[in-house]
Amino acid sequence: MATIELQKVEKRFGDFQAVKPMDLTIHDGEFVVLLGPSGCGKTTTLRMISGLEAVTSGTILLDGRNVTWLHPSERDIAFVFQLYALYPHISVRDNIAFPLRAQGESKETIEKRVKEVVDLLQIGHLLDARPGKLSGGDQQRVALARALVRRPAAFLMDEPLGALDADFRESMRAEIKQLHIDQHATTVYVTHDQVEAMAMGDRIVVMSDAEIQQIGTPSEVYYKPANVFVARFIGSPGMNLARGHYSEGRVRLKGQNNVYAVPDDWQQALGKALGGSGDVLVGFRPEAARISADGPIAGEVYATELQGAYVMLYININEDEIIHIRAERIHQHQIGDTVRFDIDPRMVRFFDPASERAITREAAQ
Amino acid sequence: MSVQANAPRLSSQERARRRYLTDRAIVNLFIWPTLILLIAINLFPLFYSLYLGFTDYSAIARQVPVWVGFKNFSDILNDQQMWKYFATTGKYALASVGLQTLLGFALAMLVREKFRGSGLLTTLILIPMMISPVVVGLFWKLMYNPTFGFFNYLLGFTNPSTGPDMLASRFAGKVVPNLALWAVVLVDVWMWSPFVMLLVLSGLKAIPDYLYEAAAIDRASSWFQFWRITLPQVAPLLLIAVLFRTIEAFKAFDLVMGMTGGGPGDQTELIAVNLYRQAFLGQWRTGRASALAYIVLIIIIAVSNLYIRYLNKMRGES
Ligand SMILES: Nc1ncnc2c1ncn2[C@@H]1O[C@H](COP(=O)(O)OP(=O)(O)OP(=O)(O)O)[C@@H](O)[C@H]1O
Ligand SMILES: [Mg+2]
Repeated sequence: MATIELQKVEKRFGDFQAVKPMDLTIHDGEFVVLLGPSGCGKTTTLRMISGLEAVTSGTILLDGRNVTWLHPSERDIAFVFQLYALYPHISVRDNIAFPLRAQGESKETIEKRVKEVVDLLQIGHLLDARPGKLSGGDQQRVALARALVRRPAAFLMDEPLGALDADFRESMRAEIKQLHIDQHATTVYVTHDQVEAMAMGDRIVVMSDAEIQQIGTPSEVYYKPANVFVARFIGSPGMNLARGHYSEGRVRLKGQNNVYAVPDDWQQALGKALGGSGDVLVGFRPEAARISADGPIAGEVYATELQGAYVMLYININEDEIIHIRAERIHQHQIGDTVRFDIDPRMVRFFDPASERAITREAAQ
Repeated sequence: MSVQANAPRLSSQERARRRYLTDRAIVNLFIWPTLILLIAINLFPLFYSLYLGFTDYSAIARQVPVWVGFKNFSDILNDQQMWKYFATTGKYALASVGLQTLLGFALAMLVREKFRGSGLLTTLILIPMMISPVVVGLFWKLMYNPTFGFFNYLLGFTNPSTGPDMLASRFAGKVVPNLALWAVVLVDVWMWSPFVMLLVLSGLKAIPDYLYEAAAIDRASSWFQFWRITLPQVAPLLLIAVLFRTIEAFKAFDLVMGMTGGGPGDQTELIAVNLYRQAFLGQWRTGRASALAYIVLIIIIAVSNLYIRYLNKMRGES
């Protein structure tokens, strides 16, 4: 069990900045997910924690111990690779036993520990096969077994489910989460799939452009995005961001005659952040919109999408500003209809279009 | 139809012949000369020599081959002298292939990592392999020369009467058994270690980095990584190198002939050298030599089969 601490950790490949100086603390027993689009530096961050990649500058602490320049083998950390990285020339049994043999453990210990993880992951029937003959999911289980058998201080997993098909990902997701609940080992999990991140993470670290955008629990990241990037990136579709101008407790949205009355508890914060008045982005999730005949915001239905129990409406509130609204199936909306709606005052957010940062009520106090 | 009316009128036969000329004929034109050449210079000698192996025949005598059955084979296998040559060849093969494998592997590990000048170094190491064996034999003969050769000088023997005379199998005038054989082995190792290096190097380069990363995470020492990852991963290519070199060692001729001609006495009389002697040098025992050639061929096929079987077993497992 371990605490992992990154202090101003940075990585450059030549002139290319793969990870900008980053501070991050991962607590003992926590399951932290690094989430971000392709190329944002997730893998590089994970590899620096593991020691497979040297940092350009900064410090990495493991349980308070400075491991910045230690070899991976001296960090007591297990790494589950995206493409498993199993040893192709030896059997599954030998793959799982490899880390123990490398440590010179006794035959009995090896046998006992291998049996433990094999039972845990239910892969007893695979032991004599070569990794190459297994399905992706089974290879992933073997890779997990090889990581678990060592009982390391922390687990690092780089998109371990990335190569599996959708069905299977869900069940493996549950398996990994269950393993974490059982073992309670500190885990850093990399993914670019936000559904996976939401489902698994105690905390999510949203990354983009080589830096951290926000660190928070899944609900914080979802309901209180720290900036425009997180608001758009989390959720499918992401948060609606309607452009408008704020003054005297009202936001006049671009284009049509839509005037949104800002809830009382937000007025002080907006006034302070914008210096009385100014441009603002009104953010709300599709499920925060409430359709009603006297709603303050109007738009034209542009497209509809049936999504199981509800309908996703694409609403044009301005020339080419489309927002998404979740509607009950009983409302029969036709393309071209005009729809009026209000926003749940508890779920509305505001962003400064210049800095793209969220405006918060806390900052105003 | 008008289109048909305008087309040149060809009978179906004519059309068939045209197609025949363009397709089939060209195929034949290319294949047959090659096939005839192969039959004339490969297949025919192969089978003719097999036939000659069962006859009493000399290529310079004016007489037809006389069928003698297995006499040549049994004569050879009952000849103590021949067994000695086989033993010498076996010793030579074991020593030279063994040393080449070790040295070649070591060289491959050395130039595996890129460093300043590693490309140049690799090219330099490969040079011996590219020189004709006869030339190599000749200039090593000069290098081994006890009076003005470089070899003794390097070992620190400047007086020929106190130093080794490698090719004469003597040290300071006294006979040292096998010294000449070792001299030839040394040259073969010098010449062919680069070949082993080349194959092993391509095997090493094909090992994916992530295996070593996984091993580093699994806390394997470099020693453990070498035995559990590097060696098993290059084993198939290493084995192919060893197979090629073993076959070559059993057929070794040009280098030995150029350096010692089998001498001193018969100390370096490898089987291929003896074969040449029986077939051409003064003896012209074509029938017996053919039989011997087939015995060597059978040995080589047997040894290769062992290797290949092992190789396939290894492949099947991974
Ligand atoms: N060894 C390297 N040399 C040069 N550039 C590199 C190297 N490794 C990664 N990069 C670059 O650093 C950036 C971040 O890479 P990284 O692999 O960390 O992204 P990622 O977030 O894991 O993306 P993905 O979701 O595609 O795996 C990428 O633009 C990549 O091209
Ligand atoms: Mg990655």
